[in-house]
Amino acid sequence: MSFVTGLQCRECGQEYPKEPLHVCETCFGPLEIQYDYDGIKKSMSREKIAARERNLWRYRELLPIDGEPSVGLYSGFTPLVRAHRLGKVLGVRELYIKDDSVNHPTFSYKDRVVSVAISKAIEFGFDTVSCASTGNLANSVAAHAAKAGLNCYVFIPDGLEQGKIIGSAIYGPKTVSIKGNYDDVNRLCSEIGDKYGWAFVNVNLRPYYSEGAKTHGFEVAEQLGWKLPKHIVVASAGGTILPKLAKGFKELIKVGLVEDTGCKIYSAQAAGCAPIINALHKGTDLISPVKPNTIASSIAIGNPADGYYVIQAVRESGGWGESVTDEEILDGIKLLAQTEGIFTEPAGGTEVAVTKKLIENGQIPRDELIVIGITGNGYKTLETVAASVAQPFTINATLQDFDELFHQLQPAANMKAVAS
Amino acid sequence: MPVRVRMPTPLRKFTQGADEVNAQGTNVKAIVDDLEKSYPGIKERICDESGKVRRFVNVYVNGDDIRFLQNLETALKEGDNISIVPAIAGGY
Repeated sequence: MSFVTGLQCRECGQEYPKEPLHVCETCFGPLEIQYDYDGIKKSMSREKIAARERNLWRYRELLPIDGEPSVGLYSGFTPLVRAHRLGKVLGVRELYIKDDSVNHPTFSYKDRVVSVAISKAIEFGFDTVSCASTGNLANSVAAHAAKAGLNCYVFIPDGLEQGKIIGSAIYGPKTVSIKGNYDDVNRLCSEIGDKYGWAFVNVNLRPYYSEGAKTHGFEVAEQLGWKLPKHIVVASAGGTILPKLAKGFKELIKVGLVEDTGCKIYSAQAAGCAPIINALHKGTDLISPVKPNTIASSIAIGNPADGYYVIQAVRESGGWGESVTDEEILDGIKLLAQTEGIFTEPAGGTEVAVTKKLIENGQIPRDELIVIGITGNGYKTLETVAASVAQPFTINATLQDFDELFHQLQPAANMKAVAS
Repeated sequence: MPVRVRMPTPLRKFTQGADEVNAQGTNVKAIVDDLEKSYPGIKERICDESGKVRRFVNVYVNGDDIRFLQNLETALKEGDNISIVPAIAGGY
């Protein structure tokens, strides 16, 4: 049973039926799913949710499909890790990592949005799914399409990390690499979508797709024992996840699953591609596009379609945002790995580094509950950190060689270790 | 100065379904005004009340976003290709 009542333009309010539409015909504003929240409130309870499978469909009343979900039955419900050691380094009392680097099956937050988009594509009767992607989305669309037995085309900018290219190709889609950056890919895909009539998950299915991002926030609230964090930090690129976290938290309040205790939301961007943070810091709504130049390829989107809504959601929540350099991003990746044993991609390094900066400059208080949403996995982007990690020590297979090495590495501990 | 203009789906009801049309003008603003003459009502879909390009509309000249050029004042030459494209989500 579905609680979706239709689509509505976020800008001018015009209403549309439940169809594969994504922009308002009048003003080109994005369309947003409308729900019957009174009906949902009657149907949804903490107990009912607790009894369901541990995947993102446990919140299905607040997701835009009509029938049973057919895709993503193992996606979502990623760990919320209590980060004691990272918290100590950052000097904060209560810190958690929402770890979508281990999302099933392609190790990024994208498995959430794609589960919803492809379930919906199947309901609409599409036989070909597609996307414009910086890599993670292509991985996820290709994997879910393979599992669902759908045709698949993925479009990526050239120059992506090998892990992201092979991580799509292995599932057997047609992978098209475009000479240009993500914004060029996007523009082309919009024209291809118009002409070929495929389900482009982030184009004509965008209203359905982006609803999947809410589940990142639903899970944080449930895993905290049905309460909102005081502060949550996530990366922004096109501007999908952050406004959807805000929407998801509001919905949980509306349907009575959590109390409105206030949650400040913070946006993280790479300094080499920070059109949203630039506008936020300037105090304007007008986002000037930039040409991306950063190692954080998964968030290198210079022309963010929903950037305006990121700024709105950040301001409304009382949060803020920061950008960090590529060097700080690499430090962020290493810090998370070496304190919490979680290996994230540069987008996640951005989230850690921005959190650190926001704590240090006093934007986030040290004594309140903080969540960092980690959105992707470092094993896909090995080349970005390869030069900044220690190389292995190569020795002969003799105890004498190792003794010498150990002496060099830990001269003070040497005698004690040998004696025992 | 004749140029080709690619129309996105939401604007094709103005162009009797055509996905590409010809227009005349020496800059992008003049092209929008010329489109309005041929297809009355289309201008207010592309531009807001103050005449600026709407927030969720991207206009490209030969593949380059006009915000990296001179916006509506971007000069055109014969044979240039203009695309009007709704903004699209992606990344995080």
